[in-house]
Amino acid sequence: MQINDLINHTSEWLKGTGPHSDVVISSRIRLARNLDKFPFPHWASKAQLNAVLEKCRQVMEKVEPLKNSTLFVLADLDSIDKQFLVERHLMSIEHTQKTEQKAVLVNDEENIAVMINEEDHLRIQLMQSGFNLFEAWEIINSIDDALAKLLDYAYLDDFGYLTACPTNTGTGMRGSVMLHLPALVMSRQIERVLAAIAKLSFTTRGLYGEGTQASGNFFQISNQVSLGHSENEIIENINGLIRQIIEQETQAREIMLTKSKEVLEDRINRSLGILKSARIITSQETIELLSMVRLGSDLGMIKDIDRRTINELFIITQPAHLQKLENVKLSSDQRDLKRAELIREKLNLL
Amino acid sequence: MMLCDVCGKNPATVHLTEIIDEQMNELHLCEECARNKSAAMEQQFGLSDLLAGMADFEKPSSSKDEELVRVKCPVCGLSYADFKKIGRLGCGDCYHTFRKYLAPLLKRIHGSNQHIGKNPSRAKVVTKINKKKTGLPELKIQLQKAISEEAFEEAARLRDQIKEMEAKKDKE
Repeated sequence: MQINDLINHTSEWLKGTGPHSDVVISSRIRLARNLDKFPFPHWASKAQLNAVLEKCRQVMEKVEPLKNSTLFVLADLDSIDKQFLVERHLMSIEHTQKTEQKAVLVNDEENIAVMINEEDHLRIQLMQSGFNLFEAWEIINSIDDALAKLLDYAYLDDFGYLTACPTNTGTGMRGSVMLHLPALVMSRQIERVLAAIAKLSFTTRGLYGEGTQASGNFFQISNQVSLGHSENEIIENINGLIRQIIEQETQAREIMLTKSKEVLEDRINRSLGILKSARIITSQETIELLSMVRLGSDLGMIKDIDRRTINELFIITQPAHLQKLENVKLSSDQRDLKRAELIREKLNLL
Repeated sequence: MMLCDVCGKNPATVHLTEIIDEQMNELHLCEECARNKSAAMEQQFGLSDLLAGMADFEKPSSSKDEELVRVKCPVCGLSYADFKKIGRLGCGDCYHTFRKYLAPLLKRIHGSNQHIGKNPSRAKVVTKINKKKTGLPELKIQLQKAISEEAFEEAARLRDQIKEMEAKKDKE
């Protein structure tokens, strides 16, 4: 697989299926793992980083779920390619910096991604469509078991898996759920919900993880504590919280439907109208309008556009995706034109 | 009515005590100025600063700064002073080298420093120092102790751990 092959491919997790997919976009689990006796990436020499990369590369070929995968060596990619992988949620923004000896392995379904030499030697990630953390855990757990047979992980009985940052020590696990909460935002209840989440030692982030702002009604919620609880407990804790948020969002949607249906319908259809006819549109405005269209589709107000199409639009309207599609470097103004054209094309075909 | 120290317009409802260079300073703020201030503070302190701050806190009063610089991890050469600066450890062995500082730090971050999740089937176990403490009979004793001390959170954690171990045993 070449990086350009990804453009016409829809990631498994964007299908818009799975439990509670009207509120939950995706569920993701990542495991941080390090090789014993090798310094963590930030403290390692170039030769050591190379050795880690080589070792991981050899081993991953032998792991069954990783067989149909491609390893992208970041030093070989230009800045648009790197941004493109970030936009597809296959790697972090941090991984695009100082790219020597860094790589990311992506499977054909694009639901598994393994970053090599990010903050830790290995960051294994699994993404599922909808609310599905346990299933994600089962798959990633088996990949981790297979890797542990071939690699010596840095591990202590009492501290667990050892990571560069002590905030990840223990299970090395972070479970995250990407939520779409337009009704809680519109009814101004979201601040209260976010405050409650923070108190329970979970974190809320934006669409692209660490350091990004929540935008367009999308919130990524994940556990902060990784030590002292088993993986199952951590997932159960996140699930308990997410179930409550789903319930609140669903309630808020119902209340809006009974109390101000016309206003909601107006707003949703205006959003669709703008998307179908705009000639210039920024990515921020796109996210906001698509969020309303997704709500319209979830509530059955918009019947001819499905979640998968909307999910795809979120991704392909991002800056690097537009430039990959056009195969040229585009300025911000050029992108806004191109983006509007692409959205019109996709939505008016339906 | 007390007015906000910053804007001087709205009533002060948030009262802060800042300690800068051992100087105590009281601040009375309205809600809006307090919010701005906390946002500014969050920006100022990244995660590594926060960790470094916490790491500082763990420094035992008897130890000298020299020790933090002098003792280096035999595998990667990182000192605890380096860790305080960058907020990242150097390698897996650092956890062993700096155990006395890291055990309380991990406890502050996670509320526990005892891993009870999965373990790599053939991971290289660097040390077995704490192995004794995690056997089933020991856990049961710890549970009794926690209950008698009314440390219910700890008790619940131990109970779950025992349950998990017993379930594992049954399977085997």
